[in-house]
Amino acid sequence: MKARMIAYRHQDSPIHRLGGAAKLAFFAIWSVTAMMTYDTRALGFMLAIAVAAFAVSKVKFADYGFVLYLILFFFLLNHIAIFLFSPLEGVKIYGTRHDLLHLAGRYWVTEEQLFYQFNIALKYMTVIPMALLFILTTHPGEFASSLNRIGISYRIAYSVSIALRYIPDIQRDFQNISHSAQARGIDISRKEKLLKRLKNVVGILMPLILTSVQRIETVSAAMELRGFGRGRGRTWYNARPFRTGDYAAVALVVAIAAVTAWLTFRDGSRFYNPFR
Amino acid sequence: MAFSKRNPIETVVAIGIGSALFTILGRFGSIPTWIPDTNVETTYALLALFAVLYGPLAGVLIGFIGHTLKDLTYGTPWFSWIIASAAVGLIIGLASGKVRAVIDDGDFSFKTIIRFNLYQIAANAVAWFVIAPSLDILIYAEPANKVYTQGLVAGASNMVTVAILGTLLLAAYGRTRVKKGSLTREA
Amino acid sequence: MGDNRRPAAEFKGFSFQYRAQSEPTLHDIDLVIHEGEKVLIVGPSGSGKSTLAHCINGLVPHFHAGEMEGEALIGGENLAELDIFALSRKVGTVLQDPDGQFVGMTVAEDIAFTLENDGMPQAEMKAKVAAAARSVGMEGHLESSPQSLSGGQKQRTSMAGVLVGEAGILLFDEPLASLDPEAGRLAVEMIDDIHRQTGCTVIIVEHRLEEVLHRSVDRIIVMGEGRIVADLSPEELLSSSTLRELGLREPLYLTALRYAGCPIGPELKPASIETVSLESGGADQLRAWHEAAEAAQPLLAREPVLELEGISYAYDAGKEVLSGLSLSIGEGELVGIVGRNGAGKSTLSRLICGFGRPTAGRILYRGRDIAGDTIKERSERIGYVMQNPNHMISKHLIYDEVALGLQLRGAGEEEIRERVLETLKICGLHPFRSWPISALSYGQKKRVTIASILVLDPEVIILDEPTAGQDFRHYNEMMEFLLELNRRGKSIVVITHDMHLLLEYAERTLVIGEGRVLADALPADVLTDAALVEEASLRETSLQRLAARAGIGDPREFVRRFIVRDREARRS
Repeated sequence: MKARMIAYRHQDSPIHRLGGAAKLAFFAIWSVTAMMTYDTRALGFMLAIAVAAFAVSKVKFADYGFVLYLILFFFLLNHIAIFLFSPLEGVKIYGTRHDLLHLAGRYWVTEEQLFYQFNIALKYMTVIPMALLFILTTHPGEFASSLNRIGISYRIAYSVSIALRYIPDIQRDFQNISHSAQARGIDISRKEKLLKRLKNVVGILMPLILTSVQRIETVSAAMELRGFGRGRGRTWYNARPFRTGDYAAVALVVAIAAVTAWLTFRDGSRFYNPFR
Repeated sequence: MAFSKRNPIETVVAIGIGSALFTILGRFGSIPTWIPDTNVETTYALLALFAVLYGPLAGVLIGFIGHTLKDLTYGTPWFSWIIASAAVGLIIGLASGKVRAVIDDGDFSFKTIIRFNLYQIAANAVAWFVIAPSLDILIYAEPANKVYTQGLVAGASNMVTVAILGTLLLAAYGRTRVKKGSLTREA
Repeated sequence: MGDNRRPAAEFKGFSFQYRAQSEPTLHDIDLVIHEGEKVLIVGPSGSGKSTLAHCINGLVPHFHAGEMEGEALIGGENLAELDIFALSRKVGTVLQDPDGQFVGMTVAEDIAFTLENDGMPQAEMKAKVAAAARSVGMEGHLESSPQSLSGGQKQRTSMAGVLVGEAGILLFDEPLASLDPEAGRLAVEMIDDIHRQTGCTVIIVEHRLEEVLHRSVDRIIVMGEGRIVADLSPEELLSSSTLRELGLREPLYLTALRYAGCPIGPELKPASIETVSLESGGADQLRAWHEAAEAAQPLLAREPVLELEGISYAYDAGKEVLSGLSLSIGEGELVGIVGRNGAGKSTLSRLICGFGRPTAGRILYRGRDIAGDTIKERSERIGYVMQNPNHMISKHLIYDEVALGLQLRGAGEEEIRERVLETLKICGLHPFRSWPISALSYGQKKRVTIASILVLDPEVIILDEPTAGQDFRHYNEMMEFLLELNRRGKSIVVITHDMHLLLEYAERTLVIGEGRVLADALPADVLTDAALVEEASLRETSLQRLAARAGIGDPREFVRRFIVRDREARRS
């Protein structure tokens, strides 16, 4: 329960000064671009930009370092799984085969596989820094107005704000509930058999859910009394107007997306193939 | 009381609180099983319950927002699975109309259990056997046999989780809605 | 009365029945509240006072559906025909639960909520928010998150959020329920200032009469069983027997005057401790009573059951919540623990229960260090009852809930049955044993959670705010129940802000602050020490002021003697 989450910290840098809406649009387009392409040159270029943006932002390692290990662990696990399931996926994709090393049975290390997995790694490495930057440099109070700004209905945008607002409160409820359950002897640790554990979990989930359903009633009554949903739109206290920097950021990401798309689909394949 | 009609503001709040719950349970509510790398994700039982109580729109958005927020607290959104979670919420939410009417009457029968479970099995099958692996291939070009195996394991484990936990929660929730009136003190 | 003022809210032969209820909650209400008036609505739980408030702000019938009869006019328009948005421009509501109302991510955003919904341009909004924040003293916290604020600060944010809406009627729904006494005093003063400055109609729904009357109100409307029982000026109401008949608490200074044998009538001006007239004999009578009254007994020495020695704890490295705290709980004692929010009271109980490990110090149970005991083992000796019963209840039926702890400890069916039924009898829940818990009232639920702890037969029971949010009758029932457990030999530790609880029930009071025990004394001695009162966010009682005004040289001794007398009255 003591697990930390990465969170916004107030700082000043060109990245922090960008508006939330611009950063959200940037992050969305950036992610889609990185998902779409397998072109090594484009990914390499994007990675360079991501690293540069990270440097400019001046975020502190202590604020995100602890998730990096976790990410790295899943990342490694995924790579091992890919190799175990399909050691010749690269060969299939690139259409050639250059063996480097025979491990055992069907497990050959090939240049193609290494290159394919290198590209997967690149794909993640272009998205992860941008995701971290978005979270670390955007005040959560700006999320809702930013979503609304990029075209999402204000009601749905506001539900994101409510989620962020109540996560700490619900975490505290969850902690209280599981404490009192443990004191009664409700055990959900490995010491208990799985089926018993599942039954015990209901003993924790039920109070959490009933408290939350009550909370939903109170909060919606309060919002209704204060005129939420009154109009077709609403304004936002925390919205930031689009400034030059914001336009520049969006223009940059659109340009990157366009160049990447051109590079990627020019020859009819998502993959950049150095083996042909 | 407030349940008799679905108030749009209540849906907005339910999406917010539901997403917060999804995030918290996604982080702290996983129970490891004896199968390596396979957890009972209690958060999907919650998603199922909220989709039934608040409908398909709430279901799809709780799945989407909740999963995104959960992933972002780790630093890396995994889009194919986020979309799969949204699909689970959406499809179970489609069962909402009939199941919820029954639950509000405090009359939770075997038929309701079957109906709920048919929807949840369909939802999990579509999400984890089809959507998640296909998107994994489309977006990340991962090996087909890997992603289908992962999808199969995740889907099966979520089906079992929702079948047990989801049904228990639904039944327990239904019991709290029993109408007063029939209660007498005993000596 | 030949009143020329316009009515802000008007009810004519009005009745209301919730859709899910078989009986109407409001019967035949005739009431006019005029523009600019400041009105207090009091009544025990279930008297219909909240429902009446909801008929003014429109939650009834728009959020809670039901049948209306008669007429209700809000700002001259018919309640049934107004939609809730139109109503929200006429009536601004501050709800009881500050966390439910505070929907923004920051103070500024929450204050702006109504304006945002109106689509006000940002620049105009910022100016209005800044002004509203200043008017409630929150201008220094504009960027704070709700998690970093106290209950009182959250409520002031809610007030500012209502003020920006410029509604003509301001409704406060149990504004004192979740505040400590000091924050409560500030809230009452703030509401009064707002009333003076804006000239709005102010309606306060509350059962804590003395606290609200800290600042004057024009009229008090007393509700009972869905009807208006009285509609009087404060002087008239306090001179009548209505409060006692309905089971509402009268101000402490009036109780003291009654003990001293003073007849209480309108000529005494009983509405405030400052106005009450003592010149016509009251002071003499009080002095005579004081001289004759029985002196208080010093604290008994008791065998310690639970001892904490030099306990330190920090959530984040470097920020110690507790530093070298030591205390001792005696066998069969009833102790009150007080301290401001964040002083470490909850942390203390968590450490005792084993939910965390102290960074330094020892916890001894009957002389034995329990550092090696699990949470489960500890809970068989020291039970902890949380403030919110909904956080503890996980079963559908009362019997199952109480039996759960024993079942999980592998007790036999027969033994479980016997012990559960015995516990249910002690807790007065036996007749309800096969009821679903969802059919119980808040106070009854609380009792179920105590029963579920009691069934494990712990020697010490720690309760976090057992009386919070309960009216006088439920408070009395709860405390008499705890006293009964105490007489059966349980040591009871109550973490509380409730000054009446300290006065009426606690044997000893521990004040926690700066990470340690600042005082360990008789309740009267704590409540009459200005520095401790401030440290613990309490207030001085009106008794002390009464003693001073009556010219009694030792107000502390007066409070002690009052407590002795009052507990005797309670026993008989």
